[in-house]
Order: sequence, then structure tokens, then C-alpha cells
Amino acid sequence: MDAPSHWAGTEPVRILEPDGTTVGDPDVGLDAEQLRELLRHMIRARRLDRECMALQRQGELTVYPPFEGQEAAQVGSAFALGTEDWAFPTFRELAAALVRGVDPVQYLWYHRGTWHGGPYDPRATRFGPICVPVATQICHAVGVAMGLQRDGADACALAYFGDGSASEGDFHEGANLAAVFGVPAILFCQNNGWAISVPTGLQTAGEIWKRAGGLGFPGVRVDGNDVLAVYRVTREAVERACSGDGPTLIEALTYRMGPHTTADDASRYRDEDEVERWRAFDPIDRYRTWLVAAGHADDGFVRICDEEAAAWVAEVRAGITATEPPPAEWMFDWTFAEPPAVLARQREEALGG
Amino acid sequence: MAEWTLSAALNRALIDAMEDDPRLLVYGEDVGRLGGVFRVTDGLQAKFGEDRVFDTPIAEAGIVGAAIGLALTGWKSVVEMQFDGFSYPAFEQIVSHVAKYRTRTRGRVDLPIVIRIPSFGGIRGKEHHGESPETYYAHTAGLKVVAPSGALDGYRLLRLAIADPDPVVFLEPKAKYWTKEEGELTADGPGIGEGRVVRDGDSCAVFAYGAMVARCLEAADMLEAEGVSVRVVDLRSLAPLDVELIGRSARETGRAVVVHEAPKTLGMGGEVAARIMEEAFDFLQAPVARVTGWDVPYPPAALEHRYLPSMDRIAAAVRRVISY
Repeated sequence: MDAPSHWAGTEPVRILEPDGTTVGDPDVGLDAEQLRELLRHMIRARRLDRECMALQRQGELTVYPPFEGQEAAQVGSAFALGTEDWAFPTFRELAAALVRGVDPVQYLWYHRGTWHGGPYDPRATRFGPICVPVATQICHAVGVAMGLQRDGADACALAYFGDGSASEGDFHEGANLAAVFGVPAILFCQNNGWAISVPTGLQTAGEIWKRAGGLGFPGVRVDGNDVLAVYRVTREAVERACSGDGPTLIEALTYRMGPHTTADDASRYRDEDEVERWRAFDPIDRYRTWLVAAGHADDGFVRICDEEAAAWVAEVRAGITATEPPPAEWMFDWTFAEPPAVLARQREEALGG
Repeated sequence: MAEWTLSAALNRALIDAMEDDPRLLVYGEDVGRLGGVFRVTDGLQAKFGEDRVFDTPIAEAGIVGAAIGLALTGWKSVVEMQFDGFSYPAFEQIVSHVAKYRTRTRGRVDLPIVIRIPSFGGIRGKEHHGESPETYYAHTAGLKVVAPSGALDGYRLLRLAIADPDPVVFLEPKAKYWTKEEGELTADGPGIGEGRVVRDGDSCAVFAYGAMVARCLEAADMLEAEGVSVRVVDLRSLAPLDVELIGRSARETGRAVVVHEAPKTLGMGGEVAARIMEEAFDFLQAPVARVTGWDVPYPPAALEHRYLPSMDRIAAAVRRVISY
């Protein structure tokens, strides 16, 4: 099978082949229950992603950015984090958010247009606000890592970003700060081949993971559709970070199966053939095949996962469709800790005091 | 009584605040070993250590972005943008995140971040060293913006800014760094959001901030010799603006002049004039006048004096308003 062009160059770390056979040691330090949990997370995430596409079409969500195809990259990396570790997402990390325990209905307030980036509690969940200005969240993760370093905490901060974000100045500034200060940060790039309509080849003439070398810290390229490999490299990065050995850059090669968002028409810039070829690299099929073949799960488990995911998604749907618009006070309530007089007057004017 | 330059008073404010709060950090370009290009952070690294006072790579967006992450982990930051003209790489972090994080997180996250920016002109600086960026920040909801006019109020405003749970853009008038003022340093007095009358008068109110306050006071002295009594108001807090004081001063004097270094179009003068319209229209004896920089890029040193509001231009505007 030909991998797409953005996978060209250095062979990524891989444990599972696309057909579910192994090319590396599948013992990544997880027990059978945890291995099954990875599959359960991926199945739930995909179900919810597809439901969100439907909810958008039905007018229940505003623009929605699907992540189908990236489940292994997100679930594998988020699963490698400890409870005290932080993650900072872009706008496409719903699967990672679910692994971190973020309430899906609260998360989807964002896509329902109920509230902006951080409808959930970023401190309680250790999951940063949904971040649209790409790469800016990398600097926030590095700042958290600076704080953790000063507190002597046994924890790290991981920033998700994409191949497009890697072209931004904030990527370089954040990565360089992390390197110079040797902070416990992980820069996790999901190279999904496309930044809206622009292919990775127009974002960079090199390989993203290699930039770490120039910045003075390790980089690694991993098959982002292989959840075991993603888990392993992220876990190693977490251990490096928490041992005081500084940051790691991970480039996870994956593929965005869907459009950039529901407002995007991907047929204007890529062939359906390409997308179809990618079905063979599907992260869930690959992992399920291996998990069953290795005897860690049986078909019954997979069926229960599917059924549970369907029921759970129905609950999320009910929760999100029942979400009413917020009161207008919300516009004013958190601009400042205490509203200045001028703003208090506007609030009165807007709300009919 | 002690004499303080603005640079020394700000330095003292940082020392006092760092002594009060062990989770306060100071960082930026050249703030550590060098003590800042204007020496505002002089001696801090030796006193508080490299963990709390540190040099960063030249990365303004990274510096401000990191301050957000540090806030999430309970650390307060005073960051320095070395010069006004070098603060722009951080603009996205300031506008998209620093200003909005509290709202985006539904009030769950305080952002006790002070962004110090040596600002404005008057020091014969090279290009990009004489900018007046206040409107960008004052126009951004979620930011507080202050600009002291001298040492004593500089100390007070910096202590208040550091104590504030909201982010404060702190614009330091470079032209006043070495000007001495006599008095005791204290954080007591007018807060953020309050202006102050620095000279009372009843025939015209002149509103200014930063280095222009001293120039307005000089103009007021000159006008007094002509029998004109000018009230000078130091706005000091550009966001929030002290609309009550602006309205009252305009009503009590019936005439108003606004002075700033920034270009006229969409400068603070436009906002102050509009507030005067809303608060004092029936009391006005003359249209509000603005004495400002021109709508041009900040000029080179040889032409600086032709750009900045001069005492003569300020006095002429007051005379025009009075004889209207």
C-alpha cells in the first residue's frame, strides 16, 4: 500500500502494520484491560465525531471540525499522560478531551455556539481551552511546564498542534523556550496531511520532527494511526519530561479523513481516491484486528464497545440538544474580575438594568 | 524626602511586590543580568534568584504566551517587552488570549499578568523605539491599560497592576525614566480606573497622560502668567477610563483640550472627546480640541520636536478654546 506523500522520508516508529500484524514489540507496558480501554476510547470517539457531523447538518451545532482518522494519535497520546499532566488542544482534539475526562456536552458547548474556547474547567481537567489561533497554545503549554518546573511537580504539559501550525512563529518561539529552559513539555504534532486545503508539502520542505534537533532536543516520528506506537513514544516523552530531561517533539503521521470543518468542501482540493486509499490505514481497524488476534479481546467485547458507544452518544446528543442559549449576562460577567464603572453601565443598558 | 526617578521607583515597586509575593516572576529580554535596558529590573536577579527573575530568548509571543501557562499554574508574571515597537509579535497572544482568557473560561482563570512596555517618544530613539501603542490595547476588551506620568504614580500604578487579578498593559514613558520626583513611595491613592487632577483650574481642562502631563503643566504655568487658569488632568488609566472625572472636569470648566503623543486619528483624544460629548455637552463653551502627534509614522530624532505636542501647541490650543 502506498502511503500518501506527507509520510515520505523517515520511516516512523511503528508497532502495528496497517493489517494488524506486528513489526515491533507490542508490549508497551499496558495490561489487557488498559489495551481494551484504548479501543473503547477510539470507538466512542469516532461514534461521537460522526454524531457531531450529523448534529451540525441538523442545525444543532455550528461549524464542526471532524477528527476521523486521527483517533489513534489523540487517544494514544492522551492515554500516555498522567492525571497531573496537562494537555493543550487545538480545535480538533475532542478524542483527546474525552480521554482526559472532559465532559463531552460541556466541550460541545463550543461547537454549539453556547460559549467560547473554555466551557469546561481547564484546571480541573488539566485540559486547556479549545484553541483556534493555531500554535498559540504551544506557548501556553510551555508556560505551564515552566510553572511545573518551578513547583518541582512530577508532571508535564503536552501541546497538540498540526502540520500547518508548525509553520507559525509561535511554534518556534514556544519550542525554543521549552528547549532553552529545559522544561517538561511535549510538542505533539498531528501531521494529517492538510491545513484546510494546503498540503503538508507546502507547509514544510523538511520533516517536522527533525526541527527538534536544531532546537537542541529529541524529536521522534511515529505512525500516528498506530495507537500502540503513539502511546509508547508519548509515554517515553512523558518520562523524559518528568525526569527533568526536557522537551520532546513528536510528529505523528496521520490523515484527516473528513473535511477541515463542516464549512469546508474538500473535493475542491483533493481526490476522493486519496481518502479511500486511506481507509486501509484506518487506526481502529488495525488496532481491533491486533487486539483480537493477540487474545486481549474477543468479538463480543468489540460488540459491547459499539453498543455502549451508541448509547453514550445518544446521551451526549440529548445533552447537547437540550442546551439552551446562555443568559446575556454571560457576555459581561467575566470580562474583568470586577466590572469597571463604564462596563457596568453598558451591562445595565444591554440587560435593561 | 527621598527623590525618585521613574526607573528607580518602578524598580522599587518590583522589589516590594516580589518580597510580598513569592510566586511573582519577572522575565523578558535582558531583564536579568543586565537589569533591563532602562535598568528597571536592576539588581532583581541577584536579589531574587534566576528562578524568579530571568532572561528569555528574543520571543515576545513566547514570553506572553508562557505567562498564560504560568498563570494557570498559579504564578504571577511581570513581563517586559523591551520597546513599544518590539511588542507587536506578542500582539496575538495579548489580544486573542490574555484579554479573553477569563471570559473564555467563564471566570475560572485569573490572569495576573503585567505587560510592561517602555513607550512613547522623546528620547531621540531609532525607529520602532518611539511608538504609542495605547489605542491597540485600550480598544481590546479585557485589558487594563495604564500609563504613569512620573515616579511616584509609577510606583503606585505598578503595585496596583501587579495586585490586579486582571491583565494590565503598563506603558512606561521612556522620556520620564530619569526625571526625578520628590516624595514617599506608596500604593495608596487613586486606583486603576481613576484619573487625578494634578493642577486645579477653572477656565479649561487639559487631559493628558505619560510624558505629556509634565508638558501640559508647563503650558499651564505659562498660561497662568496670561491670567488663564488651566486644570490639568492626568488620565493615567486609559482603560478603564475615568469617565466620571472627565465629565466633571469638562462640566466645571466648560472647555477641554486633550493631549497625546499618538497620532490623532482614533487616538485616546477621540474617545475622551466623545465621552465629554456624552457627559458634558450642555456645559461646553467651545468644541473639544486635540493636540496630538500627526497621522504619520513616528519621525526620526531630528524631527521628533516637530511631531510631539509642544508647550506652544498646547498653549495655543487652550487659547483657541478659551477665545472661541
